[in-house]
Amino acid sequence: MIDLMSLCAFNASYAHTIDSDALEQWPTFFTEKCKYRITNAENERESLPSGIVFADSRAMLEDRIAALREANIYERHRYRHVLGIPLVGSADDKGAVARTPFIVARIMHTGETTLFVTGEYLDRFERSGGKLLLAERIVVCDSTVTDTLLALPL
Amino acid sequence: MHEQTIHWKSPALTRVPFDLYSDPQTAQEEQDRIYRGATWNYLCLDAELPEPGNYRTTFVGETPVVVVKDDDGEFYAFENRCAHRGALIALEKSGKADNFQCVYHAWSYNRQGDLTGVAFEKGVKGQGGMPASFCKNEHGPRKLMVAVYCGLVFGSFSDDVPPINEYLGPEICSHIERVLHKPVEVIGRFTQALPNNWKLYFENVKDSYHASLLHLFFTTFELNRLSQKGGVIVDETGGHHVSFSMIDPTAADESYKEQGLRSDDSKYRLKDPSVLEGFKEYDDDITLQILSVFPGFVLQQIQNCLAVRQVLPKGIERTELNWTYIGYTDDTPEQRTVRLKQLNLVGPAGFISMEDGAVGGFVQRGIAGARGLAAVVEMGGEGTGSSEGRATETSVRGFWKAYRAHMEVSA
Repeated sequence: MIDLMSLCAFNASYAHTIDSDALEQWPTFFTEKCKYRITNAENERESLPSGIVFADSRAMLEDRIAALREANIYERHRYRHVLGIPLVGSADDKGAVARTPFIVARIMHTGETTLFVTGEYLDRFERSGGKLLLAERIVVCDSTVTDTLLALPL
Repeated sequence: MHEQTIHWKSPALTRVPFDLYSDPQTAQEEQDRIYRGATWNYLCLDAELPEPGNYRTTFVGETPVVVVKDDDGEFYAFENRCAHRGALIALEKSGKADNFQCVYHAWSYNRQGDLTGVAFEKGVKGQGGMPASFCKNEHGPRKLMVAVYCGLVFGSFSDDVPPINEYLGPEICSHIERVLHKPVEVIGRFTQALPNNWKLYFENVKDSYHASLLHLFFTTFELNRLSQKGGVIVDETGGHHVSFSMIDPTAADESYKEQGLRSDDSKYRLKDPSVLEGFKEYDDDITLQILSVFPGFVLQQIQNCLAVRQVLPKGIERTELNWTYIGYTDDTPEQRTVRLKQLNLVGPAGFISMEDGAVGGFVQRGIAGARGLAAVVEMGGEGTGSSEGRATETSVRGFWKAYRAHMEVSA
């Protein structure tokens, strides 16, 4: 049985990975054929399918990190994720469905910290080889507006 | 001539005064002369208002506007400002309404923006009420002329604006038509808040010179090379442009290697190249087309990834960029998936466009102490004509040609 504490521990580790700049580890939280998408509440309400990030494989997540490291140009910054308690929809030995609220502050290299985004993860977890992984994470931002750009993942 | 607060050194368009990006009086005059002047401003897609009564609220410059479809199937647009005290008439981004009622004192309007009802117009129990001389049809929010071209709904506050086809010119028309030749539907909407004056973003769109230099992702995967077949078209007014290219995978390209630029890093390869996989859907082999319409509309086709962008000023040093991602209504599920994946290239987190969200801010911050100085816009000479090469700033100069034509007319 996948319990609340294991989901909390998973999310804590996930957030720490991004916030500590261990971005190469970020894709390892997902299954090989995972879905990952960043959208907003208005699009979700209207069932509009696109995302500002849209991935349907772990390799695409790896490519995104490679692009951030090697190709894309943006000012140095980091995030601070603060995650809420997962609301578990269903859970058994093999998988779980949950939703978890988040707030993310963005800390610019210039010293400015701002509230960057709030929202909710809509998650589908799978247990594979004893390890909990995300088969799907839809990141639903509360606001339709992204300030400047979104480089690091949520 | 109208007295300019900002001094252009000459009629030439190769030196752009930095003050234009931060001067409050200029920003105010732009609202009058450009946005409420003789221009067509993108409001929405007709596909977003399928039924009579469907409406959206948007902006022309900073002026709030309602655009709505009436029972006659026509689109109407009017200022989103109650004739009474000036409150917003419609508060939601979109909806469906038989009529509109201001929440403040319940003055009501039909779908064409006519004032049809004044609460307690005759008073209450013989007390109060409007004077008998008050005539409702002398009051109302300002109305816009509306033109629909290829499913794009444009509005204008000015009666002097040319008809939309004439405004766009034949070449811009044909390049809009080649993308919007059949019905589209919205597949997502995102807004990007840009930390810079609106003109810096609109110039960036028109700047075909920067694309392969700033956007490494583009170049690395050979989506865009300056030496590819393609070109830049600038219309006669200068205000509209198309930059386009065709991919030629067999063409060897030495121009980057020769220059030793950062852009040429062939070691970089994708683990899941399906993000770039597409299908041929246009007979003319154009794989990339960026088209702009003065003062703030962009139509984009990057492979199979389609979007319109609306550029709106939000104060002097803030801009809102509204992305509307579209697909064709007759897309197969496979084609739709291709579009959704390619959309990773654009938008606020786009592999090839995230930099555009930041670079305007770099300029805005860079010019903070540059009063009286000017940008150099001389790549490709002084002209504003169309060009076969894209290592040119011709369409940026075209923008300033159109800008000055609107801003320097007699007051």
